[in-house]
Amino acid sequence: MTGASAAARSRLFGGRVGIEGATLVLFAGAIASYFLFPNHLALLTQFLVLMMFALSYDLLQGHGGIVSLGHAAFFGLGAYAAAILARTGYNDPLLGLAFAAVLSAVVALVLTPIIVRGNDFTRLLVTLGVASLVYEAANRMRGLTGGADGLPDFEIAPVLGLYKFDFEGRIAFIYAFMVFAMVYVFLWRVVTSPFGLALRGIRENTRRMPAIGSPVRRHLAVAYTLSGGIAGMAGAVLAQTSRFASLDMLGFERSAEIMMVATLGGSGHMAGVSFAALAFGWLKDVLSTASPKYWQLGLGIVLMLSVFVARGGIGGLLDHLRFRRSA
Amino acid sequence: MSNVIVVLVDGVAYGMLLFLFAVGLSVTLGLMRFINLAHGAFAMGGAYLAVVLVNDGGLPFLLALPLVFMATGAAGALLERGVIRHLYDRGALQQVLFSIGLAFALSATATIAFGPQQQGVQIPSWLMGRHCVFGVQISGYRVFLVAAGAATAAALAYLFDYTLFGARIRAAVDNRVAAEGIGIKVDRLFVTTFAIGSALAGLGGALSIEMLGLDPTFAFKYLTMLLMIVAIGGAGSTEGLLMAALFLGVVDALFKYFLPEAGSFVIFGVLVAVLVVRPHGLRGRTA
Repeated sequence: MTGASAAARSRLFGGRVGIEGATLVLFAGAIASYFLFPNHLALLTQFLVLMMFALSYDLLQGHGGIVSLGHAAFFGLGAYAAAILARTGYNDPLLGLAFAAVLSAVVALVLTPIIVRGNDFTRLLVTLGVASLVYEAANRMRGLTGGADGLPDFEIAPVLGLYKFDFEGRIAFIYAFMVFAMVYVFLWRVVTSPFGLALRGIRENTRRMPAIGSPVRRHLAVAYTLSGGIAGMAGAVLAQTSRFASLDMLGFERSAEIMMVATLGGSGHMAGVSFAALAFGWLKDVLSTASPKYWQLGLGIVLMLSVFVARGGIGGLLDHLRFRRSA
Repeated sequence: MSNVIVVLVDGVAYGMLLFLFAVGLSVTLGLMRFINLAHGAFAMGGAYLAVVLVNDGGLPFLLALPLVFMATGAAGALLERGVIRHLYDRGALQQVLFSIGLAFALSATATIAFGPQQQGVQIPSWLMGRHCVFGVQISGYRVFLVAAGAATAAALAYLFDYTLFGARIRAAVDNRVAAEGIGIKVDRLFVTTFAIGSALAGLGGALSIEMLGLDPTFAFKYLTMLLMIVAIGGAGSTEGLLMAALFLGVVDALFKYFLPEAGSFVIFGVLVAVLVVRPHGLRGRTA
């Protein structure tokens, strides 16, 4: 009881979104994994991408209380943006990353007016509809996106002109890790800022925020734009490191997965969400190579159970541990 | 000219199919405000049951339909009693997560039980033939769909708008506490309503095998479209849903005929556009 209330207190005041122990463990673990699993760097890179994507969505759902069933649209948009830019010859990775981020952010900004209004239900529908629209558009524009075959065969120039992407995926991992660290620090700054506090205020009570003079729509527009941009960066990193962009990066399943990861991680808890993404990515890899259909069955059962148990998610668990120790 | 009429008739039949497919969702969503993303999976369950009954059990298709209706209804009632009633006072997010999970699990179960391949169902030959109506060739199954859709719409509109049961349901949705206060057994009403919604899902699934095919991806393939039709029609409004489904069916058929490259892009475009202009649907009951 005391643990839970202390956790709630820490989330409301000061906004210490788990930057202490759990975050240190996360970063130490990420660096250590590079040396511990040199043969699985491609998979580890994918975990970093998944964590970035989850954190981008968590800014919306966990902090702003905005649910979306179409966040993969931005992820896929970023992936295609980076891939298409690289194919036209501008294959500098940082240029591609910036292009993907800006493009996804702009699309998110344009979509904001139709998404921030309405209730959860219309929001779920509109995001789902927009994502389906983007998916169909990518499917139809075969000349640009390769349609169902995906977009393979593009070269990415060395990072900063110095570090060439190697066959073992070392540079890819380091590149993804650097982007992830940047995103993490940036998001942590955002959610602990007065703006982040205002977002949580909107989540707790949308009606009362305008009464204290908080511009709800503008805050949500900023959150949505940032979230879309970061999701686009995650997609770009995946496309650049795997040298492939495909339709499933835009798909419904990816949107549903990220919603689940953010919720299981404990909405609004950055370290918790990152660990949830890690656990999810690892389980998915293990189970789906063993048997895709049992993976889907397991995923479904975990999703159903998650609604009834572990309501604070992994983040709640981490807080609980921390506060019990310090108390 | 007669081509256009054939396309229009196709569109109307397709619209009726969409209506039958989506009406169960409209019932649970509009009357109970439960976001059931497993609706497509319920329909898939009904469709597989129909395949088993007809192809393996040797039952005639038309006899299998009421059995499917009752079986999926009973399954829905059990599910409501067991789990879903605990989700009514949770947020939209919890309902979405639970129902997506259920849909994943059912879809995976279908893959394990039936394999990933397409399934077909035996339709009686008198329904398969083509009939000449006012000089236009129409397949019997389409006529059957239109009739089934119209009958379902009439029955539901009567049930929800003109009976005591319907009045109680609407009262319970608008103000649960007050409805319980005047002696309406809301729990029991909600079981019945959820069972009706599930039964209609199963029926819609069984009816759509012939036109849409059936495989384990069925649970998600049409989900977006269904949700959007319900949103446009206004959840809980049978007439609104019927109008939305017919409109979309006709638009889809026209585009498939005159501009096939556009594909389902047009449909989603129209749906999003309507939602942007009218976020609460054409005639919504819920806010």
